Amino acid sequence: MAKVLMKGNEAIALAAMKGGLDAFYGYPITPQNEVPEYLSKHLIDAGKVFLQAESEVSAINMVYGAAGAGKRVMTSSSSPGIALKQEGISYIAAAELPCLIVSVMRGGPGLGGIQPSQGDYYQATRGGGNGDYQLIVYAPESIQETIDVVKGSFDTADFYRVPVMVLVDGLIGQMMESVDFERPMKHRELQPKDWATVGTKFHPGRRNIANSLHLDPALLEQHNFHLQAKYREIKKNETMYEMINMDNPDYVIVAYGTMARIARSAIEMLKEKGINVGMIRPITIWPYPEKAFDLIPTNTKGILCCELSMGQMLDDVLIANNGRHKVGFFGRAGGMVPDPDEIVDAIVNFKDKVVK
Amino acid sequence: MEVKYAKSKGLTDKPLTYCPGCAHGIVHKLVAESLVELGLLDRAIAIASVGCSVFSYEFFNCDAQQAPHGRACAEATGIKRVLPDSIVFTYQGDGDLASIGIAETIHAANRGENITVIFINNAIYGMTGGQMAPTSLIGQRTTTSQDGRDQAHHGSPIHISEMFATIEGVAYLERVSVYDPKHVIQAKKAIKKAFQYQNEKRGFTMIEVVSTCPVNWGMKPTDAMKWVQDKMLPVFPLGLFKDKGDQNA
Repeated sequence: MAKVLMKGNEAIALAAMKGGLDAFYGYPITPQNEVPEYLSKHLIDAGKVFLQAESEVSAINMVYGAAGAGKRVMTSSSSPGIALKQEGISYIAAAELPCLIVSVMRGGPGLGGIQPSQGDYYQATRGGGNGDYQLIVYAPESIQETIDVVKGSFDTADFYRVPVMVLVDGLIGQMMESVDFERPMKHRELQPKDWATVGTKFHPGRRNIANSLHLDPALLEQHNFHLQAKYREIKKNETMYEMINMDNPDYVIVAYGTMARIARSAIEMLKEKGINVGMIRPITIWPYPEKAFDLIPTNTKGILCCELSMGQMLDDVLIANNGRHKVGFFGRAGGMVPDPDEIVDAIVNFKDKVVK
Repeated sequence: MEVKYAKSKGLTDKPLTYCPGCAHGIVHKLVAESLVELGLLDRAIAIASVGCSVFSYEFFNCDAQQAPHGRACAEATGIKRVLPDSIVFTYQGDGDLASIGIAETIHAANRGENITVIFINNAIYGMTGGQMAPTSLIGQRTTTSQDGRDQAHHGSPIHISEMFATIEGVAYLERVSVYDPKHVIQAKKAIKKAFQYQNEKRGFTMIEVVSTCPVNWGMKPTDAMKWVQDKMLPVFPLGLFKDKGDQNA
C-alpha cells in the first residue's frame, strides 16, 4: 500500500484492524472519538464486532469477556475514561488475558480539558488498579510509529498474555500525517489459545476458567511471583527506545511522544547556538529504558526531562540516572504545548531547571 | 438397580461452599440440570459474580469467567458478541446485580443481549457478612441498618423484575422461589425456558429467584423458608413478568 494521509485516531483504528482486531468495545470521550467512529463502520463491515458500551467501566469488562474467549479485542479512551477502566485492567492483568488499550491523553486532573497532555504517565505505568501488575506501555511519537506499535500489539499481548497499552496525547490523535500501513512486523511464534473460555465442546475433558481470585495467600503469592517472572522477561526483551545525537553531548534531553517531536526541533536550534544536545526517547515507558542512561558520557553536563506534565516520567529518569548526572525538568500542563524555543531556553538556563 | 436420582453432570464434584440451608445449592442444581437436559452444557460459559456465588465457577461443570463486582453482564456481553453460538449466563446476587451492577444489567437487557441472568434475591449481602442490600425489606435489620431499613433514610426495596419488564430487549422474565418442592419445580421450568430462549436467540432472559440467607438473617433454614413466604413474597410477588415468546405465538 502506498503512503496515505490519515488522522492519528483513524490510523489507530485501521492499524488495529490490520493487526487482527476481532472486537472493539468503547465509550465516547474526546479526544479519541474518531477511533470508535471509524471502527463502528469499518469493523462491522469487515464482519467483526463493534459495540458502544454504556460506560467505560462496562467497555473494559466486555474486553475482559472477549479476551477470555480468546479473541483479539481492544478499547480506547482518554484520561478520565482510562481512570474508570483501571479496575478492569487490573482484573485482566491478573487473569493473564491479552488485549489492547489505547489511551489518548488530555489535560487533567479531574475533568480537566480536552487539549493534548502527558499527564497520565503515572496512570499508564504505575497502574490505577489494585495490586502488583504491569502493562506493556508504548508511547510513540508519530502516527507512523503509532501504527507500527498498534499493529504489533496483539501479537505482543498474545505472546505474553498481558494487556498492552498504547499511550498517545491528543495531538497525535488529532493531527494528520503521511503513513504506511504495510511496514514489516516483528515475527512472534504464538501458541494456540487453549486456555480460552469457548465451551468444553472445543476442549473436552478440561474446563477453562478466567479468574483473578486466589483466597489462599500462599497461592496468591505464587501467582504474583509468576506475574513478576513474566514482567522480568518483558523487561529483558521488549524495552524500546531511540538514542538521538548521542555523540558526546553537552546535555541530554529525555522526552517521549509529542514532547520528543518538539525536542527534536529544539536540538537543531541548539546546534546552531553551538550547544550539542542528545536525546533518549523512550518508546516503551514500561518497561522503561533504564539501560540507555548508562550510555550517557560522564562529562555530559546534565539531563533535562521534558514532559507535557508536571514531572511524572521524572521519577523514572531519576531512578535510571541513579545520581550520576544533574537532572533538570521542563514541563507544561493542562493542554499547553510548548514551542521548541522554550526547550532551547530550558537547556540554556539549565542550572535554573535542576531538581536533583 | 436403576438410578432414579443422581447429581447432575452439570455440577463438578467440588463440595459447595455455601452455608447450611442456603438456597444457592438448589438453584445451582436447577441451572446445571437445565443445561444438561437441553444439551447446552458443553457450549456454556458461566459468569461468576462477586458475593457468595463468587466460587460458582468451581461448581458449574463448564467453562467460566469470574467478573468484577457488578460487571457480570458486561463480561457476558463481551463473550456472547464474539461467540454468538455459545450459551452465556451470569449468576448474580442482589448486591452485585441490583446495586453496583444495575447499569451493566439494564443496558445488557436493553440491547437484548442474548444471555441468561440468574438473579438471586435474598435481601441481604451474604459474603460480606449481612449488610443492607437494595432489596432489603423496610424494617429489616442488617449490620448496616441495625434499627431496621428506614424508608425515609434508605429508600424502598428495589423491584428488579417490575423494572426490567418495561425494557424492550427482555425476551423472558419470571420471578420464582424455591421455598417448597412445588416452587422448586416451577423455578426449574422457568430456568430451563430461559436457556431454551437463549439457544433460540430470542434475546435477554432473566430469572429472579427469591431466596434465603439463614445465617445472616439469623434464622434456622426452615424459618428462613417461612420468612420468604411471609415477608418477602408480599414485597416481591412471584410470577411471569414478560414472555415475548408467548406474545408472538
